[in-house]
Amino acid sequence: MSSGEGGRPLAEIIELPDAQARSEANLRGPARVPRPTARRRRPTACQPASTRVLSGWGRTAPSVATVVRPADGRQVLELLARASEPSDGTPGSGSHPSQLAPAGRIIARGLGRSYGDAAQRAGGLVVDTSALDSLGPIDPDRGLVEVGSGVGLDALIRHALPKGWFVPVTPGTRHVTVGGAVAADVHGKNHHLEGSFCSHVAEIALATPTGMHVVGPDGAPEEAALFWATAGGMGLTGVVVSATVRLVPVETSWMLVDTERFDDLDTLMATMEASDDRYRYSVAWVDCSARRGPLGRSVLTRGDHAPRAALGTGRRGRRAVALASPSGLRVPLPAPSRLVNSHIVRAFNEAWFRRAPRHQTAALQPLDAFFYPLDGLGDWNLLYGRAGFVQYQFAVGPDGGELVRRAIQSTTEAGAPSSLAVLKRFGPSDPGPLSFPIAGWTLALDFPVGPPGLPGVLDRLDEMVAEAGGRVYLAKDARLRPELLGAMYPRAAELLAARLSVDPTLSLGSDLSRRLGLDDLGRPGDDDPGPGGGLAGA
Amino acid sequence: MLDAFGHPQSALVLGGTSDIATALLGALVADRCRTVVLAGRDDGRLRAAAARLADAGATSVETVTFDATRPEDADRVVARCLAAAGGQVDLAVMAVGRLDQPRRDGLDPADVAAVATVNFAWPAAALASLAGHLCEQGQGRIVVLSSVAGVRVRPANFPYGAAKRGIDAFALALADEVAGSGVSVHVVRPGFVHSKMTAGRRAAPFAVTPAEVAEAVRRGIERDERIIWVPGFLRWVFVGMRLLPPALWRRLPA
Ligand SMILES: Cc1cc2nc3c(=O)[nH]c(=O)nc-3n(C[C@H](O)[C@H](O)[C@H](O)COP(=O)(O)OP(=O)(O)OC[C@H]3O[C@@H](n4cnc5c(N)ncnc54)[C@H](O)[C@@H]3O)c2cc1C
Ligand SMILES: NC(=O)c1ccc[n+]([C@@H]2O[C@H](COP(=O)([O-])OP(=O)(O)OC[C@H]3O[C@@H](n4cnc5c(N)ncnc54)[C@H](OP(=O)(O)O)[C@@H]3O)[C@@H](O)[C@H]2O)c1
Repeated sequence: MSSGEGGRPLAEIIELPDAQARSEANLRGPARVPRPTARRRRPTACQPASTRVLSGWGRTAPSVATVVRPADGRQVLELLARASEPSDGTPGSGSHPSQLAPAGRIIARGLGRSYGDAAQRAGGLVVDTSALDSLGPIDPDRGLVEVGSGVGLDALIRHALPKGWFVPVTPGTRHVTVGGAVAADVHGKNHHLEGSFCSHVAEIALATPTGMHVVGPDGAPEEAALFWATAGGMGLTGVVVSATVRLVPVETSWMLVDTERFDDLDTLMATMEASDDRYRYSVAWVDCSARRGPLGRSVLTRGDHAPRAALGTGRRGRRAVALASPSGLRVPLPAPSRLVNSHIVRAFNEAWFRRAPRHQTAALQPLDAFFYPLDGLGDWNLLYGRAGFVQYQFAVGPDGGELVRRAIQSTTEAGAPSSLAVLKRFGPSDPGPLSFPIAGWTLALDFPVGPPGLPGVLDRLDEMVAEAGGRVYLAKDARLRPELLGAMYPRAAELLAARLSVDPTLSLGSDLSRRLGLDDLGRPGDDDPGPGGGLAGA
Repeated sequence: MLDAFGHPQSALVLGGTSDIATALLGALVADRCRTVVLAGRDDGRLRAAAARLADAGATSVETVTFDATRPEDADRVVARCLAAAGGQVDLAVMAVGRLDQPRRDGLDPADVAAVATVNFAWPAAALASLAGHLCEQGQGRIVVLSSVAGVRVRPANFPYGAAKRGIDAFALALADEVAGSGVSVHVVRPGFVHSKMTAGRRAAPFAVTPAEVAEAVRRGIERDERIIWVPGFLRWVFVGMRLLPPALWRRLPA
């Protein structure tokens, strides 16, 4: 693709240091608050000016890439075309080791809220989508809105709520982009009834090395296949440029919430099984740090959007759709050493449990307090200190309740109790081959990196999850072994097929895709002895 | 790629027949390391070590031969190793080293030169080459086997100790040089290790096994420690050793 046709030449959109500062606000992770080391002098040999250290929300496994911030879809296409060109063909250059590196040189990045290595590419190009920020008008009949993939759910909610609309699915933070929500096919508290994000997307514009594809679930079979491969495809099919999302109508920005406290896991899970389906939104928080008493004291909150009538006519009624402004509280710097230690975790969980009413029905709660309790704390991930933290989230079928118990028990016994645990029921999967949710249970556990027993106990949990027909959530993962991917995601080959149809050289790839071998499943040439073969013993 | 705990999926060892490095590789392969390149001087023993790792679960093990008395080759050797690893490697271990010959009458200048080359010149050149390649990769870890022998150089084996002190300093400076590039350098300072290098020599206090060094290195990498002492309390022992007046230091049992 030539650079002349109206778009700026590619070289200009590769960010230079001063422009970098501006986009800094859009790329979270260690880049915003550099690790102390990142400020030091860099080796001149391998560090062009626009390179950045990137990691996920967990701040583990950082890698360095060139960050590019295209202004529009055309520039995205240009970048992809450039990245899929065969590497420098000058004779002799093929002997340089980096030229033998596996394919996959470019990946999209939204707000970096995935916990692991999904939105980074060591030594490659990372497409910062923050300039793809268009917000279309909302179709007043069906709630359809076309938005740029770099738009945050926060901005979309601010745009839509005053007009009486809300996002159809939201994760536990509103600081994710629409592109990230599509690529991870994110789920919310309403999954058991309303499915995941892409079930509410009518169409996406997907930029790939072979051009722009506008695809939706209702298109021709191969278009629908590309759409669903992108849903949960972790950015590997291309860069989503925009998406048309079906919003849901709401009358107020308040929620009507029922809260219940439980002293043990069994009663909690039985209650969720029996009555979750009567609530649109449902989620439980489980205390893994309590030293005494039965396993799993917990708080279950369930509710729905409050109708206008529930607010009465007072001041609250008038402010019905004003979204409370985000708290100004932020964690300023990476904690020098971990502030999330076992005492603080225990105190926090204790306070959370005690604050919750034993049983309360139809309490009014502001929407952001209900959906985004953690957003008030800003960059809370920095509290985990330099080594960072991992989140372990898995899904298992309806009979997998025992695994939920085992996961909490085994990590606690290994001296690594989860600092935060969230339990939820999932409804049926959507058709995406790598979409995470499967009908049953999902448990998310947070662990600071550090306890020596943690890596091993998580590896064993992986095996139990795979054995039980479950899977871990790739948007949270930074440590799964590739051997188990196929068991957890038996349809992974469909993703590869869709990728090859639009990206024959597999120029899209991330640290995650390389770590999990997603780029080489059944790839032609897999049986080759490899470039090292001839050199053995040389 | 490196995972959240710094565990590698591919590893390269310079000094692939080293007892300490083989123990480390065994532990890494038992975890999730599947691609291994072993580089050393003896093809037969390299292949034997490679076969053991393949049996333990590594899916691709390649070997490369080189001679550490020729530092001018280091860059080419490193490039060959990376090519054998498929173009990139998560973890590189520098395990090349040798003790000086037991002294009979005075120092042998030829042996001093060889010890300086094998323990310093070749490793330094190879580390420079490795750092360049790994920075280009955008991620990677380098483990350098230094020694407490370089913390305060002892009369008994001072050519070795002095060279180790040099490579220790070089590696620490390299760690600063590559900071912010996605690459980190870890310097390992074991005390006496029961290995073929020390076979037949009298064990020093607090001697450890190669397996113990391997475990300490794994934990050190997990915690992103820049200097890894084995055993850990040697850090404090050597605070004291560094302060000993020379007259006392000379009289410590060899
Ligand atoms: C506090 C917190 C709570 C969370 N709660 C939930 C939850 O309840 N449910 C849930 O499902 N998830 C949850 N998440 C995870 C989060 O929703 C997902 O990781 C989401 O993908 C993050 O979006 P992002 O814009 O930050 O994307 P990034 O983290 O930047 O990227 C995530 C993936 O999306 C891809 N991607 C991003 N933009 C594009 C694009 N334009 N085109 C193609 N691919 C793209 C990237 O390549 C990467 O693979 C939570 C995360 C946090 C930090
Ligand atoms: N053992 C200890 O007490 C101790 C203590 C502190 C630090 N260390 C350091 O730890 C590292 C590993 O030592 P180890 O105990 O595992 O001993 P080792 O088994 O003897 O390992 C040394 C390695 O260096 C290689 N080597 C030596 N000279 C070479 C040359 N000219 N060309 C190419 N390779 C050469 C050896 O190859 P061959 O197998 O072919 O000889 C071997 O692979 C060394 O750097 C050592 O200095 C050891």
